[in-house]
Amino acid sequence: MKCLVAIKQVIDPYVTIRIKADNSAVETNNVKMAMNPFDEIAIEEAVRQKEAGKITEIIAISIGTTACQETLRQALARGADQAILIETNEQFGPLQIAKILTKIAQQQNPQLFILGKQAIDDDCNQTGQMLAGLLNWAQGTFVSELEIDDSTKATVVREVDGGLETLRLTLPAVITTDLRLNEPRYISLPNVMQAKRKTLQVIPLDDLGLNLCNNIKTLQVTPPHARKSGVKVTSVPELIDKLKNEAKVI
Amino acid sequence: MNILVIAEHNNQNLHNSTQHTISASHELPGAIHVLVAGYNCKTVAQQAAQQEHVKKVLYADDVIYQHGLAEDLAQLIVTLAPDYAYILAPATTFGKNVLPRAAALLDVGQISDIIQIINAETFMRPIYAGNALATITSNDPIKIITVRPTAFPLCAANNTSSEIQSTTASKPIQLSEFISLAATPSGTRPDLSAARVVIAGGRGLQTKENFALLEILANKLNAALGASRAAVDAGLVPNDLQIGQTGKVVAPELYIAIGISGAIQHMAGMKDSKVIVAINSDPDAPIFQIADYGLVADLFVAVPELINAL
Ligand SMILES: Cc1cc2nc3c(=O)[nH]c(=O)nc-3n(C[C@H](O)[C@H](O)[C@H](O)COP(=O)(O)OP(=O)(O)OC[C@H]3O[C@@H](n4cnc5c(N)ncnc54)[C@H](O)[C@@H]3O)c2cc1C
Repeated sequence: MKCLVAIKQVIDPYVTIRIKADNSAVETNNVKMAMNPFDEIAIEEAVRQKEAGKITEIIAISIGTTACQETLRQALARGADQAILIETNEQFGPLQIAKILTKIAQQQNPQLFILGKQAIDDDCNQTGQMLAGLLNWAQGTFVSELEIDDSTKATVVREVDGGLETLRLTLPAVITTDLRLNEPRYISLPNVMQAKRKTLQVIPLDDLGLNLCNNIKTLQVTPPHARKSGVKVTSVPELIDKLKNEAKVI
Repeated sequence: MNILVIAEHNNQNLHNSTQHTISASHELPGAIHVLVAGYNCKTVAQQAAQQEHVKKVLYADDVIYQHGLAEDLAQLIVTLAPDYAYILAPATTFGKNVLPRAAALLDVGQISDIIQIINAETFMRPIYAGNALATITSNDPIKIITVRPTAFPLCAANNTSSEIQSTTASKPIQLSEFISLAATPSGTRPDLSAARVVIAGGRGLQTKENFALLEILANKLNAALGASRAAVDAGLVPNDLQIGQTGKVVAPELYIAIGISGAIQHMAGMKDSKVIVAINSDPDAPIFQIADYGLVADLFVAVPELINAL
């Protein structure tokens, strides 16, 4: 069973972001980049399924600039068998990304397509669902457990607002990962070395012959409203007094 | 052109997230229709018809909608879409699951998790865990939007009722099958998304048994319980208590963070609370930067004292 995994390069989650002076975007030049944490979980899951003998081949795919090759090398070091970069300098929204991934899925015919549930930069939480819709496949989103039953079915546990929901999906299917699906392992040095020898194919976006137009535009990016700073209280009675008589919330 | 709100419900009750979404929709031009798709959910359709601003309820009652599976529900939304200029759903796990699929099938983008409507085409939404706000404009012919419930008020219920129109179900897709829902019992405590007071615990609680301390406090204040990711990962509490960038977003009148350091991903889910209290033994914990009242103390001393004093 073949499995595709989508990878996005984002600003490292532990870096404090800066908004550009002209308020056009968040600054990404000279900022430490990393693999979207949910995508690390997606790759790790594919590797675990391969180790369990459920998956035979893992292909990692990213869409973006040449710099994304670095993130794909990480995916290879984590255990992907090969990687594809769809190279473009343009910024796209989730719908256009889903269209590109649909095209790749049609060429590769995987049984499983795993994505992170959201990218921690735009926080959109859309691409996997859109991809599933465009392919007319089943979708298992926000997944914290994945069991591939056989070549036609997979059972997933989803983290939903009301608790944990279990679904059985007909394959091929799209899965999006939640944080508790697994804990990605550390990458060992031999794996990093090995990753350098694996195939990373670069395909210019134009070669796919897609018509991609994005009708959603960002007009400006601004800082959030700052909360006014509060006070420290020295004791529990003082805290209760403030909550009762100043804030009047209890 | 009109507005379609996709109702979130459990076949018995309309979820409050729907009422927040109706309020947001009222800021847009057009008459508001609500789609209630479910199974044996007539009472939900009636509740929806009684919400203020609602002009009509579209009611699709079929076993294929019983569990709100994305494949079938998205298909139904696509069938209804030609009559609408806007389609909205709450930015809860329900809306986040179904609406992007419908958007893709309609070949339009989606604007996720809006916190403000600036005009008929322009919206504000948080990005980077709320560390920046993006102003977004869309000229898609149908605007598909998820709404952050805490950013818009609850709409009120009327005594009168608007029209309920039955809608035929679309052809079953049957790509996924519901097996079970393991719901977290909240006992008599209020729902996290609607509670006036939230008591949230973090890794500082250390064990499940210790977390029970917070339950006593929550019962005293009629509060809901919440948690950081670290507390959920450590198995202290179930997943649906997680607050943050990738969990639930809450904005109660009073939020008490206990043994939580205040990572940006956690603050993304609670920093719009009206009053924030932090109890933490580390005076440099980032949570104190956004707390209205900070108490530097060992929680195992402070929380019992708080319980006794209330
Ligand atoms: C992609 C991604 C998404 C994430 N999404 C979320 C999310 O949605 N929600 C979320 O919460 N986190 C999220 N996180 C995790 C986040 O970065 C933090 O790791 C997490 O919030 C830390 O939880 P914590 O504050 O409970 O634990 P810690 O950071 O370990 O803090 C524990 C605190 O308890 C205090 N403490 C310990 N003992 C005591 C005591 N006896 N008395 C008083 N205080 C005590 C300590 O001083 C410390 O400040 C995410 C991370 C990533 C990478």
